Amino acid sequence: MMNPVDGTGFSRESTAEVVTKLRCRNIWKIYGQRPDKALATALGGSEPPLTLKRRLEETGHFLALADVSFDVQQGEIFVVMGLSGSGKSTLVRCLSRLVEPTSGEVWLGGENLLAASERRMVEVRRKVMGMVFQNFGLLPHLDVLDNVAFPLRMQGMPPADRTAKARDMIELVGLRGRENSMPLELSGGQQQRVGIARSLAVDPELWFLDEPFSALDPLIRRQMQDEFLRLQQLLQKTIVFITHDIQEAFRLADRIAIMREGRIIQIGRPADILLTPVDAYVASFTEEVSLAKVVTAGSVMAKLPGNWDASRGHEVDAATPIEMLLPRSLAGTQTFVITREGEGPVGLLTSEIIAKVLANDTAQRVVR
Amino acid sequence: MSILAALPVRVDNPAPYFRRQTVWFGILIFVSFCLAQRTAWPWLLTYPKAWILPAAPAVNGIFDWLVPLLTPPCAVISSMLGAALDACGFALRWMPWPATLAFFAVLGWRAQSWRLALFTAVALGYIVLAGYWQQGMNTLSMVTLAVPLAVTLGFLLGVGAHTSRHVRSVTLVALDLLQTVPAFAFLIPLLLLFGFGPIAGLVACVAYAIPPMVHCTMLGLARVPVSLLEVGGMAGCTRWQRFWHVVLPTARQQILTGVNQTTMASFSMVIMAAIIGGFNDVGWEVLDAMRKADFGHSLLSGLVIAVLAMVVDRITRGFAQPRHGSARQTRHDAVRVAAFLAVPVVGGALLHVAPASMARIDTLQGVVDPNALNTFVLDLVRAFSAPLDSLKVFVLYHFMLPLRIGLAAAVTPFTWGFAWTPQVSAFYAATTLVLAAWLTVNGRWGAGIVVLLGAALLLFGFNGFPWPAFIAVTAGLAWSVGGGRLAVPVTIGTSFVVTAGLYEPLGQSLYLCVLAVLICTFSGGLIGIAAAKSDRFSALLRPCCDTLQTMPQFIFLIPALMFFQVGELTGLIAIALYAIVPPIRYVEYGIKSVPADLVETSRQIGCTAWQRLIHVEFPVAKPEIVLGVNQTIMAALSMLPVAALVGTKDLGQQVYIGLSKADAGLGLVAGLSIAIVAMISDRIMRATVSRAGNSLD
Ligand SMILES: Nc1ncnc2c1ncn2[C@@H]1O[C@H](COP(=O)(O)OP(=O)(O)OP(=O)(O)O)[C@@H](O)[C@H]1O
Ligand SMILES: [Mg+2]
Repeated sequence: MMNPVDGTGFSRESTAEVVTKLRCRNIWKIYGQRPDKALATALGGSEPPLTLKRRLEETGHFLALADVSFDVQQGEIFVVMGLSGSGKSTLVRCLSRLVEPTSGEVWLGGENLLAASERRMVEVRRKVMGMVFQNFGLLPHLDVLDNVAFPLRMQGMPPADRTAKARDMIELVGLRGRENSMPLELSGGQQQRVGIARSLAVDPELWFLDEPFSALDPLIRRQMQDEFLRLQQLLQKTIVFITHDIQEAFRLADRIAIMREGRIIQIGRPADILLTPVDAYVASFTEEVSLAKVVTAGSVMAKLPGNWDASRGHEVDAATPIEMLLPRSLAGTQTFVITREGEGPVGLLTSEIIAKVLANDTAQRVVR
Repeated sequence: MSILAALPVRVDNPAPYFRRQTVWFGILIFVSFCLAQRTAWPWLLTYPKAWILPAAPAVNGIFDWLVPLLTPPCAVISSMLGAALDACGFALRWMPWPATLAFFAVLGWRAQSWRLALFTAVALGYIVLAGYWQQGMNTLSMVTLAVPLAVTLGFLLGVGAHTSRHVRSVTLVALDLLQTVPAFAFLIPLLLLFGFGPIAGLVACVAYAIPPMVHCTMLGLARVPVSLLEVGGMAGCTRWQRFWHVVLPTARQQILTGVNQTTMASFSMVIMAAIIGGFNDVGWEVLDAMRKADFGHSLLSGLVIAVLAMVVDRITRGFAQPRHGSARQTRHDAVRVAAFLAVPVVGGALLHVAPASMARIDTLQGVVDPNALNTFVLDLVRAFSAPLDSLKVFVLYHFMLPLRIGLAAAVTPFTWGFAWTPQVSAFYAATTLVLAAWLTVNGRWGAGIVVLLGAALLLFGFNGFPWPAFIAVTAGLAWSVGGGRLAVPVTIGTSFVVTAGLYEPLGQSLYLCVLAVLICTFSGGLIGIAAAKSDRFSALLRPCCDTLQTMPQFIFLIPALMFFQVGELTGLIAIALYAIVPPIRYVEYGIKSVPADLVETSRQIGCTAWQRLIHVEFPVAKPEIVLGVNQTIMAALSMLPVAALVGTKDLGQQVYIGLSKADAGLGLVAGLSIAIVAMISDRIMRATVSRAGNSLD
């Protein structure tokens, strides 16, 4: 089994330099009267997770996060996925210290945020972090413009500057013309656009999104996901994205962390999670996602043979899902040449490999 | 009273089934024993004087020690408030009435609409025509001074209670007391500290008006969603910024509602404070007219109070309404309103330059002739005197007397047409026993016990019910709904009232309240059901209920007094008028909030409308209904001292006597007794509901 912390073996497809932006180590969060004492019990014993949780519950404590560690790379979309109540919101709130973790470390660059003073945290939230909330969290007494400008106002930016900046953000999320509407006059999708604009107004390096699209209906959700990907293309933020929707996770993620009962049980690229789930729980999760849609050509390609002749085969970008190659493969194409932007040919994909991936997909289904 | 609902009820697991049966069996035996011995041991009925604990003298002792200590600071406060009150009153009286009228009309327009402006103008116009302008302005100046004080203090207390747990626990107890001790009772210590006159009234007014503000502030702050607090956190707010820019604006609505309720409470108290006199205001006019049995005047001035209450309520409520539009527009608006408001003020000042026109304007004051009205009302009463009298006699002999002195004494050939012979007694007892036995056999032993106790109470009346039996029954009730944790304080409470020597007035109070609550629950419940079933009726009813609820308690005495003269019946009617709104509201709300799918299911099954009401809507709406009854009881109890003005002989009368003699001990102990009764019944009712698995909030 691979190391869940950094997903060893799953280096990002691009060979560009990898910079770790956010590093979490051993975060615990226990709700209740005496969390410290409960934590000591938890760390002392070595019982299986479920027994520990139940034992803490007997003393009136609730284990919301247990020993969570992961890294988020610069410019990456890191999706945290899990069922309702698995501790996702608690996790993301611990990162920004809206909720105080019981123990652990959150490293932002060279600074451990959990050791920072309250003043310093206010500073960090003002300058470095932005967050989008599930239920939008728009202030009902402010109009769209004032809502977006709100974080800037808290920093004491002069009115003219913050209005200009807020207008830019509103433009960016496509809400031009609605600046003076009140939140209640907007549809759900529009409200969340305002939420997104507000979280981006301070130009944060870290962008947290806690189930931003869960409250929207499926069609709008899809639109917003596209919109989100467009924005990320443009802005290249470092993102922690929370969701309970597996389709959404696989659509957006560079890497996914799957949570269960406060623990991370697997971290990896979408394809890896599909191909090698750590246990039946994860496998059952991913049942509904088609491998062919998620697995990219680059992730399953074979090495270029040394004697390779540059004129043979169709060229295909590494990020193309296998599904897109199916028609050509069925029509008789035996070999695809995988290329990466700026690098030229990097590997080969044969129709045999494609067939294997598909077989794996159906096999999984047959087993269950 | 809503603060009571916000307090946590501590309920132990209700007592186990078999133990409960045994205990109630014991209580029944004890009660029968007391009843059997009531003639042999007269002390069972009248609590012996020698056993009275000196609660009242103790309170007086404390005051004798406290008053000299507190007099100097109170004198300072008194002179400051006095100066402010004078200035305020002077300004309001100095303004010519058309200017003031226009000022309030503009306020009404901004608060809601031109319709409210019109209403305000007509209402204030009436006050001018009725000739109560000066008095009205005096009353208003008290309110104008009391409200900002109460709002500020209440807001600060509310914020404190929201942030600190210790402040909260102290505040909640204080609020509970302030809301259950009748207003008259806490006028007494203020009287000792500030002397007779408007200042004591003003202070009472502030004290009485603080609780709703505290309560609404706490509620508003507590209701700010966590998600918005988090938004503030992520936006990088400091604590203070978060409070100012996120919490306060979100809680604004609720806080403004608090301002509205505070204003109404202080208005109501200003009127009540008139009883200590010394101030030429509307409350005093009403009281004076009532004492002289001058119905014309009391009607006219009573209407002035009603009208003022409505105007003040609608304007403050209008401002508490949610606003649309952004902060920018609101700021722009504020400037415009200020400009509009300045116009009448300047106009009024200009009028003073022209004394001739002033004089002409003033001739409009008091053109309504109360004597004509007086004659009309007297004629009306005389015309209906025969039916009114027979109604009075009927209610008195058939409902009030039996409850007070018991059927055994109340039933005579003269009143009921037959004598209460031993045979009748035997028949009565037999019927009761059979009914109780039948209920018990059918598994409803609780109902059986209720029947037995009720029958005993009816037979001997509240006055003939031995006090040890009373204490035992209340304790048993508290124990079976709320366990030991409720039973102990309840027993201490009832024992306090009894040992203070107030058992007799307590019985009187209970009998009045029980009757009033029965009347209110029955008729109010019917009205509520009708309102729940017909939207049109509900729409018609709502303004009536609103109006009734904003009226100061005094007002309800006037119609009752007019038709039934001084006496217990008049008191009863006044109490019932004041307490009828809660059952209407809660029953309507309860039935309306029965889930639609339940209603549909019951229709699908084939319930008739009546069956649906009995088997679906009542049971589902039970928590709301119980809460409504609870509110009725609170209202009835708080009305007792006011009803004492028309000659009831109960705890309220004791408070009233204490007030008029400036006897702090008597008044406070009696007031506290009313508060204790209120709290006991409140806790028992709420425990009943929470046992049924429903939360009351
Ligand atoms: N203040 C609190 N006190 C006690 N328990 C809490 C508290 N806040 C959260 N929890 C518990 O922690 C668990 C994790 O909550 P969390 O909100 O992080 O779940 P989630 O994964 O975000 O779920 P959802 O998808 O429903 O948002 C839940 O079971 C919740 O009951
Ligand atoms: Mg969540």
